[in-house]
Amino acid sequence: MEKPLTQHIVPGRQPLSLKEYEQVGGYQSVRKVFKEMTPAEVQTLVKDSNLRGRGGAGFNTGLKWSFVPMGPDAATPKYLVANADEMEPGTFKDRLLLEGNPHQLIEGMIVAAYAIQASISYVFLRWAYKLAAQEITKAIHEAYEAGYLGKNILGSGFDLEMHLHTGVGRYMCGEETALLNALEGKRANPRAKPPFPQVSGLFGKPTIVNNVETLCNLPHIVNKGAEWFKKLGLTEDAGTKLYGVSGRVKTPGCWELPMGITIRELLEDYAGGMQDGYLFKGLLPGGASTDFLVAEHLDLPMDYGAIQAAGSRLGTGTMIILDDQTCPVGFVHNLQHFFAQESCGFCTPCREGLPWVEKILLAIDKGEGKPEHLLTLDFHTKYLGPGNTFCALAPGAMEPLQSALKYFREDFERHIHEHHCPWSKAWQPSI
Amino acid sequence: MLTTEEIQKINHEISQVPSPKNACIEALKIVQQNDGWVSDERLQDVAAYVGMSTAELDSVATFYNLIFRQPVGRHVILLCDSISCYVMGYEDLRDHLYNKLSIQYGQTTADGRFTLLPNCCLGTCDCAPALMIDNDLYRNLTVEQLDEILNKYT
Ligand SMILES: Cc1cc2nc3c(=O)[nH]c(=O)nc-3n(C[C@H](O)[C@H](O)[C@H](O)COP(=O)(O)O)c2cc1C
Ligand code: SF4
Ligand code: FES
Repeated sequence: MEKPLTQHIVPGRQPLSLKEYEQVGGYQSVRKVFKEMTPAEVQTLVKDSNLRGRGGAGFNTGLKWSFVPMGPDAATPKYLVANADEMEPGTFKDRLLLEGNPHQLIEGMIVAAYAIQASISYVFLRWAYKLAAQEITKAIHEAYEAGYLGKNILGSGFDLEMHLHTGVGRYMCGEETALLNALEGKRANPRAKPPFPQVSGLFGKPTIVNNVETLCNLPHIVNKGAEWFKKLGLTEDAGTKLYGVSGRVKTPGCWELPMGITIRELLEDYAGGMQDGYLFKGLLPGGASTDFLVAEHLDLPMDYGAIQAAGSRLGTGTMIILDDQTCPVGFVHNLQHFFAQESCGFCTPCREGLPWVEKILLAIDKGEGKPEHLLTLDFHTKYLGPGNTFCALAPGAMEPLQSALKYFREDFERHIHEHHCPWSKAWQPSI
Repeated sequence: MLTTEEIQKINHEISQVPSPKNACIEALKIVQQNDGWVSDERLQDVAAYVGMSTAELDSVATFYNLIFRQPVGRHVILLCDSISCYVMGYEDLRDHLYNKLSIQYGQTTADGRFTLLPNCCLGTCDCAPALMIDNDLYRNLTVEQLDEILNKYT
């Protein structure tokens, strides 16, 4: 089984130095695009490879780049940003790539920057990733020394600066337009679209924001071609994917596997099944802002189409398991507490709605819920859903809630009728 | 007052962006690195230096979870309270820390040694529950391990 993204990552071992990385073929894609390809050709190659953004939304990467103005009349400088914020609860895949092989990310960023002719790039890294910050700083330095970054890279006439930017903690910084505000030294509120960042992004200039995993795929696509990449996937979605499993399974972890592997294989063959004494109840397939799936979905392939058809989202591909000894109301309450705290407060439905949802869940969790509370929750899943708020945070928050109300409604009702938590341990929110 | 060294560092950040304002978060980080937090006075100094009103800079500073506008202890404990750590029982860690340190979330021990803060997902959910003390990440934690870990920090 090919594992292009993680082939050189050995847990517990230092990432490859620049020299070691070059010895295993590192930076060949950079040489190749400079020598053999025009930026337009790189864009077409990536579009044809059917690489879909790994940051959650799954938009075709080459197509996203194609909205960047090109040619001598395009505004300069153009920017490329690697989104390494990764604050979605339950998501821990980019960390592996950042800590494990920073040169692969830098190589992917050079390819992406070349494709859109960006001359300044940033890695937007969350504060908590201290080891990653150290490794990336070292790798950027090595890349400058070796002439892969800076002016006239490898004599190609192409210039690229790269900076590491560490965030100061806010989930919203992961949303691409809010990330740009954060980079500009502002509150990380999202921006109205249009104009799209591709046209007017960082400091008003054309900007592409891509997820770390998305960028790490690029060197391999350039080296081996679009057809090779498509064939890596088991279903119509191309490539491999970093999948993760957390919760009460025997061996939680993160693995690079062909796109489209089934949930059951992930859960049983890789995560080792449930821990003794715990039964499977449900799962969020791709982070905190995706809808629950249940036992009937276990044989679905983990790809964009199949998971969407089942009413959820592949999201980040890192699944969180709900077991039979964890209260589903407490589980959802914990998630809504997170979303309420991390709401940027810019638009009223989200600023007012999420704390309301959280309060109701607290009441139900503590055994003080009323039957009409369920109707109020249903109401919120509609009015905080897609199209009613300024950004995707609130609709994302509603995904686990609406599906929990669908699949675990009895558990909510039991809390209300029995006036206590049947798991007898209501979740207590922190400050 | 900003020190000469701080001004040097801030000037470097300003040189990277179109307007001094754009470097305000970096400037706050520089001050916080020295003081552990950002006091009203220091906030005013930074605001004046980058050409913002105090209120404007405060609205930025208070937006971010990890710019501290109140003093913190010598060591900051960030306990993950997000979903995978919840499923794996982080609450036992919290309760133990509450008892052991006689503080709750948001508070600092009487001797100024620790501040305890809840923090969202530390991105190590497969090794839950997890917490960070200063720059150190601890994963797959049990209550039994906590005392020994705390002892490392004076
Ligand atoms: C509230 C919120 C948080 C997000 N956090 C992240 C994140 O931490 N990392 C990420 O890559 N994308 C995140 N996204 C998605 C980004 O907005 C954007 O779609 C993505 O970075 C684009 O990269 P891609 O095209 O390579 O997937 C977030 C979106 C929202 C609405
Ligand atoms: S939906 Fe929430 S996070 Fe998004 S802009 Fe509105 S208030 Fe901010
Ligand atoms: S939920 Fe605690 S590290 Fe992710």
